[in-house]
Amino acid sequence: MERIPILKMGRVLLVTIQVDMHDRLALALQDDLTTRIAQSGARGVLIDISSLDVVDSFIGRVLADIAAMSRVLVAETVVVGMQPAVAITLVELGLSLPGVRTALNVERGMELLRAALVEEEEEEYEDAGEEDAGAGE
Amino acid sequence: MDSSTTQIVTDLLTSDAHGLQEAWIAEQLASPDTRPDLITEAELRQQSGEFLQLLREALRSGGPADLDSPAWAPLREMLGRVSRARALKGFTPSETATFVFSLRGRLFERLREAAGDDPGRYHEGLRGVTSLVDRLGLHTTEVFQRNREEVIHRQQQELMELSTPVVKLWEGILAVPLIGTLDSARTQVVMESLLQRIVDTEASIAIIDITGVPTVDTLVAQHLLKTVAAARLMGADCIISGIRPQIAQTIVHLGVELHGAATKATLADAISMALRQNGWRVTRGTPKG
Repeated sequence: MERIPILKMGRVLLVTIQVDMHDRLALALQDDLTTRIAQSGARGVLIDISSLDVVDSFIGRVLADIAAMSRVLVAETVVVGMQPAVAITLVELGLSLPGVRTALNVERGMELLRAALVEEEEEEYEDAGEEDAGAGE
Repeated sequence: MDSSTTQIVTDLLTSDAHGLQEAWIAEQLASPDTRPDLITEAELRQQSGEFLQLLREALRSGGPADLDSPAWAPLREMLGRVSRARALKGFTPSETATFVFSLRGRLFERLREAAGDDPGRYHEGLRGVTSLVDRLGLHTTEVFQRNREEVIHRQQQELMELSTPVVKLWEGILAVPLIGTLDSARTQVVMESLLQRIVDTEASIAIIDITGVPTVDTLVAQHLLKTVAAARLMGADCIISGIRPQIAQTIVHLGVELHGAATKATLADAISMALRQNGWRVTRGTPKG
């Protein structure tokens, strides 16, 4: 069975969907992606759907699910490159993908993820600093 | 209409064709429905002559069995042209149809003379003339109606495109000034053009200005939220601006929640917020002049 490749770039996993997304493929992607996040400890997932002309309610739900699952595994998901027609269809279907971050293209998506990762690192650093301070007292 | 009836009608039209044409034109000129203020006599003469000519040809080559047949195409085309021209000049539909219907009186008169003492022939001719003229007249009215509808449709289309421009305010900032009521068809157009512009300009913020929207009810709010949601899916944030006090009151009374979109009272506020979000800073120097 064909699979959608998942590329790792630093702490970000990059998924480019270039084929027609059918239901089984979407579920396989969900499986693979969660496995990879857990294995690699990635902190960000970028899904590029710019070549998707058709997104039905099922694929929409899978995208939302992937985002939710990634969040459980502490990774931020950004869906990028959605086409206008697809966006309108999803909204008409009542699926506005709450909880999924979106960006216009891969470049913007990467910026978004990078900013989120930097923020997170700073927080971790601060937390660590506080713990050190606590230990010192 | 069978062949003998066709023959009677053809005879009526061909014998003393010139006399018929002149009598018909005279009658039309005398009638107030001809609108001498809108059409010149020369034009009327030309149209009448051409009509009779084509009618004779059509009868000769095809017979009146089927007006949709190719033999009648030149006449249909000619009537369509006349009807369109008259519609543009401001004729009413009945005035336009009278052009064809007025021929009936002339033909009846000639029929009475031609039939003489033969009531069967008179009756048959009556039937033939009536059915032929009626169908031609109806065709004229139909074309007239269709033209009107085309005009209305085109105007609707133009109105819709006119009323939904997407303006680029600054690098990465778009604005949609909405004017008029927001129904689902317009929402669709707004959404499509906005999303396309977001792709084209790589904008990250879209300002939807509803200063020109007279009322905001639950349906309009839902349409707005749909647009906001679609823009968000494309990675652009939306600001809804131009919310007048009355509209703010209505929104709260109706329990509508514009969640997911920032709201601002004026377009100026929205612009300054958008600039700030994109990291622009506006400073004021010394005014010139």
